[in-house]
Amino acid sequence: MHIPDGYLSPSTCAAMYVASAPWWWSALRRTRRKLLGRGLPQLALFAAFSFVTMMFNLPLPGGTTGHAVGMGIAAIVLGPWASLLAISFALTIQALFFGDGGITTLGANCFNMAIAGSFAAWGIYSLLSHGAAPDSRRRVVAAALAGYGAINLSALLAAIEFGIQPMLFHDASGAPLYAPYPLRIAIPAMMIGHLTIAGIAEAVMCAGLFTYLRRNEPALLHLPSLSEVNAPRPVSGLWATLAVVLLLTPLGILAGGAAWGEWAAKDFSTAAARAQIAAVSHAAPPASAPTGLARLATLWTAPIPDYAPHLAIKSAAFGYLLSALFGVGLILSAAWIAQRLWLLASQRRVQ
Amino acid sequence: MSRGVIAKTLHEFTNALERTLISEDSAHGRGLLQSLDPRVKLVGLLALVVSASLSRKLVVLGVLFGLGLALALASRLSLFSLAKTVWLVAFGFTFMIAAPALFLVPGQVLYKLPLGSLTITAQGLHGALLLMVRVETAMTLSALLVLTTPWMQLLKALRAFAAPVEVIALLAMTHRYIVLLMETANAIFESRQSRLVGRLSGREQRRLMVNTSGVLLSKTMEMGDQVFQAMQSRGFRGDVKLLTDFHLRRADYLAIPGFAVAVAAAVLAGR
Repeated sequence: MHIPDGYLSPSTCAAMYVASAPWWWSALRRTRRKLLGRGLPQLALFAAFSFVTMMFNLPLPGGTTGHAVGMGIAAIVLGPWASLLAISFALTIQALFFGDGGITTLGANCFNMAIAGSFAAWGIYSLLSHGAAPDSRRRVVAAALAGYGAINLSALLAAIEFGIQPMLFHDASGAPLYAPYPLRIAIPAMMIGHLTIAGIAEAVMCAGLFTYLRRNEPALLHLPSLSEVNAPRPVSGLWATLAVVLLLTPLGILAGGAAWGEWAAKDFSTAAARAQIAAVSHAAPPASAPTGLARLATLWTAPIPDYAPHLAIKSAAFGYLLSALFGVGLILSAAWIAQRLWLLASQRRVQ
Repeated sequence: MSRGVIAKTLHEFTNALERTLISEDSAHGRGLLQSLDPRVKLVGLLALVVSASLSRKLVVLGVLFGLGLALALASRLSLFSLAKTVWLVAFGFTFMIAAPALFLVPGQVLYKLPLGSLTITAQGLHGALLLMVRVETAMTLSALLVLTTPWMQLLKALRAFAAPVEVIALLAMTHRYIVLLMETANAIFESRQSRLVGRLSGREQRRLMVNTSGVLLSKTMEMGDQVFQAMQSRGFRGDVKLLTDFHLRRADYLAIPGFAVAVAAAVLAGR
C-alpha cells in the first residue's frame, strides 16, 4: 500500500500534499502543548514503534503471513491527531530512508494511512466500544474491527488514486502514463488482498496489542486496571435493597383472587374459586379438574403451601414475610455451597 | 520447509540495520554528492525526481536514469549495493504490477500469444515500460539523496525550507529510536529463537508476535518517560533548537546551475 514514486502523476501527488497539509497543521497545533513536554519523546517513540511493528511477520490462518501498519492501535492509544502525526513520521522515514513508498507520493501515503486510517480506526473503536465495560470482550472486537476497517479504507483510497490515473493521464495513442489500471481493475486488485490478508493482519495485531495493553498497561488505553475492575464491589446497597423487598412481600396479598393459570385441582370443585376462574378467563371452567392436573397435583406437597407456614400464625402478612425470609435464606445457602464447591474444585485443579 | 516467522522477522531487521549502516557509511564518503551542501542536494535531487515523474518519454527517463548512475559513480557508491537494495527491489514489484498491463490495456495489437486469446498491445507495452523506467529512475535519485547525506544533515536541510522545528526534532528522534527499537526487538526474537524447541502452531506464532509487539510497546512507553527525564535533566524546557551551520561553497555554486539545467532540459524534452 506504500505507493512508490512514479505511480501517480505529479498533479495527483500535489493534490494529495494539499489535502494532507491542513490535517498535519491542525494535528501539530492540537498536540503542540503536549510536544513541549513528555509528548515529544513519546510521540517519536510511538512512531518508531509503528515503524518496527510494520516489519513483524504475522502468521495468518491459511499459512500466509502479513504485515500490520499499526494505525489501529496508534489511534486507540494516542487518539487520532497524535496517531496521524506518529504514522506520518514513520511513513516519512520509510520513504526517505528505506525507500518504502515514494517522496513525491508521501502526501498520498500519509493521507491514506496516517490521516484516513487513524480517523477511521478511532471512529470505529469509539463507536463500537461506547459504553462497554473496561474488561468487556466488545472492546477487543471493536479494536480488531478498527484495525480492519482502517487498513481497508486506506487501501480503497490508494486504489482510487491508482484507478483514476489512466482516466486522466494518457498520451495521444491511449497509452497510460502512470498506474495503468482503471478503477474497475485497481479496486478489486487492491481490495482482495486487503480484505483477506492485510486486513486480518491488522485486526489480529490491533486486537492482540489491545488485549496485552489492557492486561498490562491499562493506563495507556485510558482504562482502569483489570484488578480495579474485578475488585469485589461493596454489596451493602444490595443487602439493604433485599431487606426492603422482603418487607414489601406482604403487598402480594392485597391483590384479590388467584393468579391466572395458578389454580390448584381443588379450585375446580369450589364454587368461589370456579367463579374467579370464570371471571378472569371469560369462559366457564371445566366441570372437574383436568385429569392430568389432578394426577400430578399429588406428586409433590409443598412444605409451606400458599406462603402460609403451618405454625400458630394467624397473620397472612407475617406468613408471607416468613416465607420470603425462608426462600431468600435457601437461595443464599445454595449459592454459598456452590461457591465453596467451585473453589475447592479450582484448588484441586491448581494442585 | 519455509522459514519460521521469527527467522523471517529477524532477517528483515538485519536487512534494515545493514541498510542503515551502509547509508551512514556512504553518506560520510568522499564523493561528488557528499561534498555538496545538503540544501542544494535536497532541492536538486527532488527536482530531478519530480521531472522524472513529469516526463512522458522513455528516452528522457533513460537519460535521467543515466544521470543518476553517473552521480552514483561520481559519489563512489557501490553499484552492487544500489542494484541489490534499489534496482532489483523496484524491478520486482513494478514488474508484477506492470506486466498485466501488456495484455489489459486496449490498443494496437503488437503480438498475439500462441496460447489463448491474449494479445500484447503497443499502448500496454509503452505504459508498462514507462512505469518501470520511471519508478527505477525516481527510486535511484531518491536513494542518492539518502546514501550521500547523513540523516541529521538531511533534517537540518528540511529546516532551511521552513519545516516546523518540532517536526524536525520528532523525525530525528524517531529515526534514532527506530534503530534502538529494532535492536531491542532483534534481541527479544533472538533470545526467543534460542529457547525454541520444535515447531510452533500458527496460533502460537501469532500469540508470540503479538506479545512481543506488546512488550516492545511497553518498553517504548517506559523509554519515553526516561528520555523525557533525561531531556529535562539536560535543560529541556519545551524549546527545540537546531544548530544550522550550512555554508554554500564553490562546488555548490557550480551544482546549482547544473541541477537547474538538467531539470529544465528533462521537463522540456519530456513533455
